[in-house]
Amino acid sequence: MSTMSTAAAAPAPSGRPLWRRLIGFNLLTAVILGVGGYYFGWWIGHLINGPSFEYESATDENDVALLLGYFFGVVGFLIGLGFANYPVSRLLGRPASLREKEHEGMGRYFGLCTDHKVVGIQYLVGIGVFFFVGGLNAMLIRAELLKPVPTLVGPNQYLSLVGMHGTMMMGMMTSGILGPFANYFVPLMIGARRMAFPRIEALTFWLLMAAGFILVSTIFFGGFPTGWTGYEPLNDEAVMGMDSYIVFFALVGVSMALLGLNMMATIITMRAPGLTWSRLPIFVWSVFATAVLMVLAAPMLIATLLMAALDRTINTSFFLTAGGGSSYLFENLFWFFGHPEVYILALPGFGIILELLPVFTRKPLWGYRLAISGMLGVSLLSFFVWQHHLFVSGINGDLRPFYMLSTEIISVPTGFIFLCVMGTLWKARATFSVPLLFVYAWTFNFLIGGLSGVVLSDVPTDTGLHGSFFVMAHFHYTIMGGLIFSFFAGIYYWVPKMLGLRLNETLAKWHFWLMFIFFNSTFLPLFVLGLKGMPRRVSTYEPALQGLNDWVSISAFVLGFSMLIFIFNVIYSLIFVREPAEANPWRSKSMEWHVPTPVPVNNFEQIPVFDSDPYDYGTPVPVTGGSRPATAGA
Amino acid sequence: MSAPIDEPNHTARFATLWVVVTLIAIPLVIWVIRPLLGPGTDSDQAGAVGTDFTVLAVIATPVATLVVMFLLYSMIFFRQPKGQMLEGPAVRGHARVQATWIIVTSIMVLGLAVFGTVRLESADGAGSGSGPSPLTVPRGKKLPVQVIAQQWLFTYRYPTYGGVETTELVLPANEEVEFHVTSLDVIHSFWAFKLGVKADANPGVDNVAFAKPTKLENFTVRCAELCGIWHGYMSGAGKVVTPEAFNTWIHQEQTKLAPATKVLPKYSTTYLPEPLRRGE
Repeated sequence: MSTMSTAAAAPAPSGRPLWRRLIGFNLLTAVILGVGGYYFGWWIGHLINGPSFEYESATDENDVALLLGYFFGVVGFLIGLGFANYPVSRLLGRPASLREKEHEGMGRYFGLCTDHKVVGIQYLVGIGVFFFVGGLNAMLIRAELLKPVPTLVGPNQYLSLVGMHGTMMMGMMTSGILGPFANYFVPLMIGARRMAFPRIEALTFWLLMAAGFILVSTIFFGGFPTGWTGYEPLNDEAVMGMDSYIVFFALVGVSMALLGLNMMATIITMRAPGLTWSRLPIFVWSVFATAVLMVLAAPMLIATLLMAALDRTINTSFFLTAGGGSSYLFENLFWFFGHPEVYILALPGFGIILELLPVFTRKPLWGYRLAISGMLGVSLLSFFVWQHHLFVSGINGDLRPFYMLSTEIISVPTGFIFLCVMGTLWKARATFSVPLLFVYAWTFNFLIGGLSGVVLSDVPTDTGLHGSFFVMAHFHYTIMGGLIFSFFAGIYYWVPKMLGLRLNETLAKWHFWLMFIFFNSTFLPLFVLGLKGMPRRVSTYEPALQGLNDWVSISAFVLGFSMLIFIFNVIYSLIFVREPAEANPWRSKSMEWHVPTPVPVNNFEQIPVFDSDPYDYGTPVPVTGGSRPATAGA
Repeated sequence: MSAPIDEPNHTARFATLWVVVTLIAIPLVIWVIRPLLGPGTDSDQAGAVGTDFTVLAVIATPVATLVVMFLLYSMIFFRQPKGQMLEGPAVRGHARVQATWIIVTSIMVLGLAVFGTVRLESADGAGSGSGPSPLTVPRGKKLPVQVIAQQWLFTYRYPTYGGVETTELVLPANEEVEFHVTSLDVIHSFWAFKLGVKADANPGVDNVAFAKPTKLENFTVRCAELCGIWHGYMSGAGKVVTPEAFNTWIHQEQTKLAPATKVLPKYSTTYLPEPLRRGE
């Protein structure tokens, strides 16, 4: 098996001198046009919202200028990358290139590339970087909470840290699994040569990167005090850093909607012959369910943030009581997006877990149809539960039993996933490789997350817990314990395919055990803190709670250290040792393992024909149908 | 699921293990873990929430033990033998197990929802903010107290005592209190942890919650909704006193604060805020 270096070396780079190659549509041009666009928008903003028109004359702030700056900055960035080339060529009647940079060596990773495998790697690295930034914020938050009174940062910086951590994780990680793994593997799993809309696929990635930088830029404009929920009217009152939050989340929304649309179109229209819906890998099913949620929920977010931006700039009053608006409106609109969003984070994790289990247990997936109905059930129900975030808000007090019921019902389809996990493990021949360890950890974490969610869905008990650390512990168990653990399961499982290289297994096991033990050691005590009445998002607390808080902080630091082991492993194994991976180290029967490594640009020489699902493991005991799976066409 | 003859009867073994562990765990949850946590019994509402908590924890225990014991059991007994590459049984499902699971979980969930609804609509569960006109209201005489939240403090008005406004929340013991929670600027949340009361304070909204404090004590009021940079410092003192002491106190306050009360806006369930501009 060849490695990535041969893939990078194979296509001959153009013989032009370096300075000639720097001119053109690439990342450098994009950054220059992005910065230029930003200052252009800033200038226009000051022109139209100058001293004579200044709405907020009491301060030197100009939200119009900042919003326009971000807008033109993003547009310039995308034009610089070359996203306008195709439509402009078509408009001018010139021949347009359908594909971008698919043969260009390492350079294709740093620009607009329409190869879904390149986009997958781009996502993996890009999201990894922002995940690291979000994680550093968490470390700072926990360092501050070592003492019951503020020591490290002021209240404003503290809230900005909390907001950046939450928004970064909730925003960037929506594509945490769909970005890297679905982009890379869905076409391979369904026997397609590309995504339905390759250029839009690249656009989703670069939009997300622009968004990430915009969110980080909030520190230059005073940060934002609202946390990731951005509640009005505090949102309207906040300084210019709030605009970074608005633009960040709106861009994430656009990226999410486009990503979902692309996935849906690909999965519906580009399956290879024989790959019926009932043979589709369960991971592809989970991607499909997530994509539906993305397409339906993200536009709501974009619209809400647009309304918030109008309130902040041209003095509309959607959310301001004084002008006839309502703060409830924002809460409703936000959570109508926000609750499906939580399942956008969780669902792809279900898919990875169920996809990996058969491979490591050498058994077919138990209850394939039950698992699908579980996922579709969760995604459907997730649109009917949003007011459980508003149980004590006083809105629709009489509707609370309905939202309590719908929220509790959602644990039935979630329970299907657990039954499928347990059914597949029953009498298995499990090999405890690192990915399977993460699957086990996921099952435990999501169990705790799910059960604590039932406590929160009950209105009387939620009265005591709403807005406390209990809630915080609950969603960290579902999102970090669910999404991030399945994300790492995916990394350890698929990196041998994506890069053709092995990750060191001893370091991987150290990473796993430290992460699992200290994840629980960090977040289990938070349930107790919440039950003892500690609210979220505060940097001061009762001195009596310091012991537990210190325990949590120190555990969090070790949890952070376990991530450093992972990063060290990546650098050590992928840059220094570079041990080639076997072609199919896990003896998987799924299609992605039956194409050569590195995967050719066109994936398949011949489109494969499927005649079963990829879970044809095990010795047939009684009567079982199903023939051998199709091996790769290549 | 037919097993080879030499394999132990996993189903029976695991079922026994699960039942035993659950039977051990449930008393532990009720009598050891539960009393360590939670708001206690300092008001009718806090006591009711505590009971609900115990019920939910007991229902969750068998589910938790089922999955956890299953994971441990499978880790021990369903391993690939060392150095071998055996395949597991090619079983793709089991209709009866699946149907049972769906029925049992659905019944549990519906039961939970019914339980939650009954508890919510009984007067005991009225500690949560229920909007301007709650469906169920505790019976008997009630003392109305308005909670006014603003950045970053709580003040309290007693409409039945001439609309006097105080900075300390003083409540008579064993009397039903009707909180009317509202805000003058952003969203806050009125949280009297020990009393089991939590109600969001929204600008222009009258959010009603009830509590009947039963114990003479001091308690803390905190804000439970992020409301700006001093959110972490937005707390106030409260105390529960005997009805006689309350009467004495409120009449003293009325006299002492009469000049201030005169210039306050007339008591109203909401106070529409002035349009806010940044920097003001």
